[in-house]
Amino acid sequence: MNFELLAPEISLVATAVAVILLDLFVQRKGLLAIVSIIGLAVSAGFTIVMYGEPSRTIFNNTLAVDNFALFFKLLFLGITALVILASVDYVSKFERFRGEYHALLVLSALGMLLMATATELITIYVSLELASISLYILAGFLKNPKSSEASMKYLLLGATASAVLLYGMALVFGTTGTTQLGEIAQRVQTLGVQGVIDNPALILGIVLLIAGFGFKIAAVPFQMWVPDVYEGAPTPITAYLSVASKAAGFAIILRIFSTAFGLPNWLSLDWGVIFAVLAAIGMTVGNLSALPQTNIKRMFGYSSIAQAGYLMVGLAAMGMASAGATIGQSTILFFLLSYAVANMGAFIAIIAITNKIDSDLIQDFSGIAKRSPLMALGLTVCLVSLIGMPPAAGFMAKFYIFGGAVQNGLLWLVIIAVLNSVISAFYYLRVVKVMWLGEPASTEKVPSSAALRLALTLTSLGVLGLFIFADPIIKAAEAAAKMFGS
Amino acid sequence: MDSGWLLAIILLPVAGSILIAFIPGLSERLIRYIAALFTLASLILAVVVFAGFDRSIGGYQYELKASWIQAINANFHLGVDGLSLPLVLLTAFLGFMVVLISWKIHERVREYFAWLLLLETSILGVFCSLDLLLFFIFWEIEVIPMYFLISIWGTGRREYSSIKYVLYTLFGSAFMLAGILSLYFTTGSLSMVDISEGGLAMVQSIMPASIIFWLLIIGFAVKLPVFPLHTWLPDAHTDAPTAGSVMLAGALIKMGGYGMIRVCVSIFPNVAQDFAPLLLTLAVISVLYGAALTLRQTDLKRMIAYSSVSHMGFVLLGIFALGEVSLTGAGLQMVSHGLLTGLLFAMAGLTMHNVEERDLRKLGGLARQMPVIAVVFSIAGLGSLGLPLTSGFAAEFITFSGAFSSTVVGGVQVYTLLAVLGVVLAAGYILWMLQRTFYGPVLEQYNGVKDADNLEKVYMFSFVILILLVGIYPAILTNVIKLGISPIASLIGG
Repeated sequence: MNFELLAPEISLVATAVAVILLDLFVQRKGLLAIVSIIGLAVSAGFTIVMYGEPSRTIFNNTLAVDNFALFFKLLFLGITALVILASVDYVSKFERFRGEYHALLVLSALGMLLMATATELITIYVSLELASISLYILAGFLKNPKSSEASMKYLLLGATASAVLLYGMALVFGTTGTTQLGEIAQRVQTLGVQGVIDNPALILGIVLLIAGFGFKIAAVPFQMWVPDVYEGAPTPITAYLSVASKAAGFAIILRIFSTAFGLPNWLSLDWGVIFAVLAAIGMTVGNLSALPQTNIKRMFGYSSIAQAGYLMVGLAAMGMASAGATIGQSTILFFLLSYAVANMGAFIAIIAITNKIDSDLIQDFSGIAKRSPLMALGLTVCLVSLIGMPPAAGFMAKFYIFGGAVQNGLLWLVIIAVLNSVISAFYYLRVVKVMWLGEPASTEKVPSSAALRLALTLTSLGVLGLFIFADPIIKAAEAAAKMFGS
Repeated sequence: MDSGWLLAIILLPVAGSILIAFIPGLSERLIRYIAALFTLASLILAVVVFAGFDRSIGGYQYELKASWIQAINANFHLGVDGLSLPLVLLTAFLGFMVVLISWKIHERVREYFAWLLLLETSILGVFCSLDLLLFFIFWEIEVIPMYFLISIWGTGRREYSSIKYVLYTLFGSAFMLAGILSLYFTTGSLSMVDISEGGLAMVQSIMPASIIFWLLIIGFAVKLPVFPLHTWLPDAHTDAPTAGSVMLAGALIKMGGYGMIRVCVSIFPNVAQDFAPLLLTLAVISVLYGAALTLRQTDLKRMIAYSSVSHMGFVLLGIFALGEVSLTGAGLQMVSHGLLTGLLFAMAGLTMHNVEERDLRKLGGLARQMPVIAVVFSIAGLGSLGLPLTSGFAAEFITFSGAFSSTVVGGVQVYTLLAVLGVVLAAGYILWMLQRTFYGPVLEQYNGVKDADNLEKVYMFSFVILILLVGIYPAILTNVIKLGISPIASLIGG
């Protein structure tokens, strides 16, 4: 058994245990964040060492270590490290359980790493639950009524989604007789067109899978939980939910739909259409609902629904693509990376600002540019990226993902998507306007810790860097997606 | 050796912008000098490039090409031809002038000049890009500085006008992006040169070319602007600070006309010919409707703003008459309008600054109190209505005669004759505006208002010299513009 292939996951388990133990004996709780970040760095180190090698599987083909999984692992580890940096100021609000906070974050990251690796339905389910249950607890960590409500809503709706997912998995297993994605693909192909049409249970299973994962990625109409949970959860956890959790959902969807249902082409065309419709509805509903929001966390909740819509344009392109093409997958990977960096950056600035002004209302951001130019500049860069304007990563990501869609005959969807980007400019720019044009409520500076400044600088530079140096990153995304091609 | 010039022209303003934004503790004075220095350097280089442009061979010159994103076949490709070179020169000239025009800005000086210089870089980039992705990126970047310039240093309903400007532009460029993606998909290339040279057959085989044509032209039509997409323009021009209005009217809206010729006409000559009657109709409506609206304005700046809608209609007429002469005229009209309207806005700004009044009904008799401004304002106004010896006459004459004699589009004479009525209306509103502002009885309350100071004389006479130069010897520009136009016109057979 090649246990060394699990080195990134094992080091995360060790980190989580170490943090909990350390919490018992150490008085300076700042150490917990440092230990967590070191653990994540060690895990990332193992991941980087494995990068580029041929794909390998372990545990009876239930886990695959391939470039696709490694790409996502690095993404999750990076996001988690940023969330921990961004939490440094925030956790001082908690009187107790700071060890558990960090340990749960690391465990949730572990679940996501496994999600990226899993190639078998039951393993996928278990790792998904590991990631989710940690997040249910984290969402309620503030222990005030709003936070508890968020946690409870998230738990109940998440459990329902899990049940739907499990039902879908059971139906797929029932009709194909296997839980291995590779073997499912073979069975589906031997069934043929008529075989699949005669098996409504299989089709229902696929639809239920889409619904179950749709919850994770906040696709309309499975998005109802988003605004409330985003508003109530501790802000670093909101950031984590909006970025890592969504990316993990996409990792699984990409894996399942590329491997198990990627071929034959007539099948992928069918689910491609479903994703195209979900994308169009998701973008429009997300953007229109974000327009009237006054709370910045709720606004970002709706905006993340819209961003999931743009990402699903890539899924639709993936379904429409001819057999063996991986343009859809690679565009989604690049978009996810750009979105992750920009959204994390925006949330880091929001955490810094809201922590000091003690309000989540957009109107209270008035004149922040005068009180904290660095935070305002960083947030502006990230918002420009989320709109999809140059010179930011978001522009390249949209150009690339919409380009892939046009190539696969989805011009109508792309036109809906670009018009949606215009709608989104309205509410993103409103934040910019308030920050730079509004009168500050006081002249007092908004101080921020070194950790937050570091995190914001990293993400802002990342947003610009992904634009200027898009070439190597796009190539890496293509290399990671290539394993699904022929 | 030639390849670095354009890059330097484009990057000098943004380099100044970065210096101004990030060096702490600069005094207002120093910031102004830095801005002037960098924009002047850019202008000098632009003049050198204009002088060094080889008029015997034409084509793209001063090219710079480097691979950027291989995965989508995007290159960092710069170059100028006869069509873009005069516009580059115009932008560099206006870029330097607006720094002088902004000398008396005292509010948030650091940010102001940083945005102003970034704006210049993005417009220069649009005119120099030969790669569609790069072109689009510069096109989009321009929105952000303009938004801040209007919303922070503007007047009136500035927040409304600035967001309206942004949303209109983004709306147009959303379609343009879809068009560029379609073009990229159907030809596999983002290079404007390659696509216009031979990709057209591929375009038509996969997707109707007219769809791509219209997606692209909506983006350009918003910018030019073309009726009915013009309503952002009066608001943005009126509420922008003087320098913002000069840049908007002088250089920025030319991006629309330039894009139409460079992308729509030269890549889709046949489609352009098919839809020419529709676009010519819109041109005539823009000319007449714009002029009619101008006639009933009472605000000095708003009046000039609406006149731009009318004058840009001439450009649209020249473009879609599709003759070689009319396209050349459209190119010249863009430069000429840039100079004339740039000067008009500068003068209007100066008048408003000195008199602190912009309502035409309350102005009058200022020729006595500010004679220099009155004379220069009148020259700009007369140029704008097409008086011989000014650039306005040369440009409009070439455009109309070219359009009238174009053989490519049927019935173009009717459109031309209708559009010429716009000149008559222009005479009406411009003379009325000059008369209301400067002539008539001298008003007591304006006794003692200041006339232009020395710095202001420098920039206003620079404008006047260029206007007369182009008016007396238009060949200095048309010889160059023709080099860029004739390969495009030959595609259509005009």
